[in-house]
Amino acid sequence: MQPLIEWQAGTVTEIRPETPQTKSFTLALPKWTAHRPGQHYDVRLTAPDGYQTQRSYSIASAPEQVGELELTVERIPDGEVSPYLHDVLVPGDQLEVRGPIGGYFVWEVGLGGPLLLVAGGSGIVPLMAMLRHRAAQRATLPARLLYSSRVPDGVIYRSELVQLSDRDHALELFFTFTRQAPEGWTGYRRRIDEAMLTEVIRPFEERARVYVCGPTLLVETVANALVRMGLPTELIRTERFGPTGS
Amino acid sequence: MPLRYTIQPVAGFISRGFLGRRRPAEVENRLPPGQYLVTDFPVLSAGPTPHTPLDRWSFTIEGLVQSPVTWSWDEFQKLPTQTVTVDISCVTKWTKLDTKWRGVTFDTLLQAVQVEPTAHYVMAYSDGGYTTNLPLDEMVNGQAFVAYEFDGKPLAPEHGGPARLVVPHLYFWKSAKWIRGLRLMERNAPGFWESLGYHIHGDPWKEERYSGD
Repeated sequence: MQPLIEWQAGTVTEIRPETPQTKSFTLALPKWTAHRPGQHYDVRLTAPDGYQTQRSYSIASAPEQVGELELTVERIPDGEVSPYLHDVLVPGDQLEVRGPIGGYFVWEVGLGGPLLLVAGGSGIVPLMAMLRHRAAQRATLPARLLYSSRVPDGVIYRSELVQLSDRDHALELFFTFTRQAPEGWTGYRRRIDEAMLTEVIRPFEERARVYVCGPTLLVETVANALVRMGLPTELIRTERFGPTGS
Repeated sequence: MPLRYTIQPVAGFISRGFLGRRRPAEVENRLPPGQYLVTDFPVLSAGPTPHTPLDRWSFTIEGLVQSPVTWSWDEFQKLPTQTVTVDISCVTKWTKLDTKWRGVTFDTLLQAVQVEPTAHYVMAYSDGGYTTNLPLDEMVNGQAFVAYEFDGKPLAPEHGGPARLVVPHLYFWKSAKWIRGLRLMERNAPGFWESLGYHIHGDPWKEERYSGD
């Protein structure tokens, strides 16, 4: 029997807009424990009359960021929790959280590579924790990120991703834009498909550890294609979310 | 009408400026603590969706039974079915009300075997290697069934088709997708998520989400 994962009140130390729809929230936690990249925290909101609701959010920060937790949250217009986080919460506020939670969709440097990360939209968040951890550990194992966004300003962590890749030739980024690409864009401009995956995975000779996170349709497409390409299913780990992740 | 939600430590904590989205009491009282209502049907699974052709599909009851039994897809289709309308709650916080399933109850399946008196637990196992454990006495008397239709249509692969276990009174990870069999056991043993920090039992009304809850 494992101990209870206790609720704790974290203090919001920073709120950073990432894109028009997403913000990152940094919390200082009184009872911080190191997480495994890919895990999530539960967030609980309590109204004055005792009404409560909870959501799960992926951890964006690396475990090397001791004492702090960063969550990146997309604002769902008709949601209950994400509009509160985006529109009401300010630095200095407290937020009840518990975690870290989840033990399958996780990657640590010790698991080795090569590493293929495939993200759709805000599905980048748990994968970013993996990339930040990889960078903090100065790991040199080959890693590739294939990241699908609708529009250029929907790319979360764009400048940080580019910086990470610029100073680390073992990390390669592949962006694709499904609705509108940046001006002069010469890369992919379609939904992720089997041909795209084949190109991105080629140097890994189909032996990569794969983590796929995004909307259900993207995850289904990618995971099914990778299985057809002969990747062992136990090396393909998925995390899905629909439009209800409010 | 009693409110189903509970206040737990951190004692007295209030989220500044949070009022919450209230639902009518008849809905609110059907939501287990910490859950929110969805009207779509989110998909969650740990790996690729298996696609087993029906002519290679089978369903087995084994373990602590006098002799195991296996049905082919065609044989399984001939078993008597029931249509049920139930609320389902996922540990990732969503609850969906009034989901309609058609399937074969565990009671019907048990009629084909002689259960050993030492059997107290069940391990459900699926294509793709997924497993989940359940108490035997929480599957009988109409509490569990193997469903192959959702909303009047064949169950889609991403929702667990061709057939999934449905045990609506427990968190939905207990309702194993792509189910291929049930193994009756004497002692409880953790399945896939239960080995990865999730609760051994998983009752949403007791908020048994994680090991230690």
